[in-house]
Amino acid sequence: MKTAGLTLVAIGLTGLSLGASAQDETPFITLASTTSTEASGLFDAIIPQFTEDTGIDVRVVAVGTGQAFEIARRGDADSLLVHDTVGEERFVEAGYGTERADVMVNDFVLIGPGGDPAGISEAESVAEALSRIAEAEAPFASRGDDSGTNRAELRLWDAAGVEPGGEWYRELGSGMGPTLNTAAGMDAYVMSDRATWVAFDNRQDLALLFEGDEALFNQYGSILISEERHPHLKHDLAEQWHAWLLSEEGQQAIADFTVKGQQLFFPNARSD
Amino acid sequence: MSDDANAFQTALALILGRDPDLIGIVALSLQVSLSAVLIAALIALPLGAALALWRFPGRGAVIVILNALMGLPPVVAGLAVYLLLSRAGPLGEFGLLFTPGAMVIAQVILVLPIIAALTRQQVEELHGDYREQLTSMGVTLARRIPTLLWDARFGLTTVMLAGFGRASAEVGAVMIVGGNIDGVTRVMTTAIVLETSKGNLPLALGLGIVLLGLVALVNAAAHLVGETARRRLG
Repeated sequence: MKTAGLTLVAIGLTGLSLGASAQDETPFITLASTTSTEASGLFDAIIPQFTEDTGIDVRVVAVGTGQAFEIARRGDADSLLVHDTVGEERFVEAGYGTERADVMVNDFVLIGPGGDPAGISEAESVAEALSRIAEAEAPFASRGDDSGTNRAELRLWDAAGVEPGGEWYRELGSGMGPTLNTAAGMDAYVMSDRATWVAFDNRQDLALLFEGDEALFNQYGSILISEERHPHLKHDLAEQWHAWLLSEEGQQAIADFTVKGQQLFFPNARSD
Repeated sequence: MSDDANAFQTALALILGRDPDLIGIVALSLQVSLSAVLIAALIALPLGAALALWRFPGRGAVIVILNALMGLPPVVAGLAVYLLLSRAGPLGEFGLLFTPGAMVIAQVILVLPIIAALTRQQVEELHGDYREQLTSMGVTLARRIPTLLWDARFGLTTVMLAGFGRASAEVGAVMIVGGNIDGVTRVMTTAIVLETSKGNLPLALGLGIVLLGLVALVNAAAHLVGETARRRLG
């Protein structure tokens, strides 16, 4: 077993040396983050500015929030930027993170077939909108992947007093983009973060039907990972990234990012 | 149908545009998958041949397991390699996770059973024809391996190409152990997944066409080399 493991490492190092020629010696950190930030193009817009300011590159591994926490918990990422405040606070309390700060917000929106069979566009609140979908038993596509969006969606059902289930409620177990693709294919309602929706190209008959309720507020937080637990990580570099996100330059860079003329993320830096 | 036409146009534009990002992605795809096939072949060819020649108790079970591993889901291989290379895992100290090296390891695990199992089968058939001759000449089992591998070389090229096909087409393993990091571990298949999730279907399909063309090129090159060798050596 030991020799098999070492053989594997030797193989990996061989592969690594093959790939290394293409990379220069720029210092970098690995950031675990969510698909919504990556797919919207936010990182492509702000990371080059950070790299210019500090000479540090940021390598983004974009996964669902659940998986991002897991990657950080195992010490495989230097920094974490996700949107599940409850989960983030628990992560810090459990000793995996040392500091958490609000970075920016965007919001969730309810998307559905243009004809709006459940009539959610006339709802007064998101709770009412969800109740109408449940009453009409109109198809609803849920992420079902324990992501930040999925967790927020389940909290909203709970707040609306609806136990989602049955034929009409479909848990897809996919990321935001694939879920939108599926919803477009089966004319289902779906909750999406605004960033992914605005940047999404394959809309078919889907339209934005409900927005603006404060309950749809989506807070992103940056977390510093515990040095005590994972001494091998690049804590100095990660701290610079964390501080830059909260700085005037970082916040301005976030505000300046637009897709199709729309600002998608609203900076609101605040440390806990 | 407009989507399909769009995809071909996109593919053509991608190839003609020689976008440096795309070239990087193509180069990394080739580098990772070709390294994986070469490394897997170095282990699997002798292993498969040995399994074809050597009779031992439990041999049937080993062959069944090897054949079954041909169907190993890439995402499972990826998960196993992730747990192995993760900082919290047994080989974490090497810091290989989210590097091209980790992707090569995962693909070696996927390709190795295919090459070993198909080699076993080809060499066993060949050995059936040669057994009496080799035995009368008193050639030991160990000495027969290189002889038989050399004799089966044309068939084994196809075996290696099957391995390459598996490596270059899979996305589940490289996604988990590579992380699809822009400019570092993004390969063709993970780029296609990303564009699909953005709803940018023409670009995703265009990348797919480019990938298919790439695999066709590698196959054509192997075919050409094989034909030339066959003509020279008879």
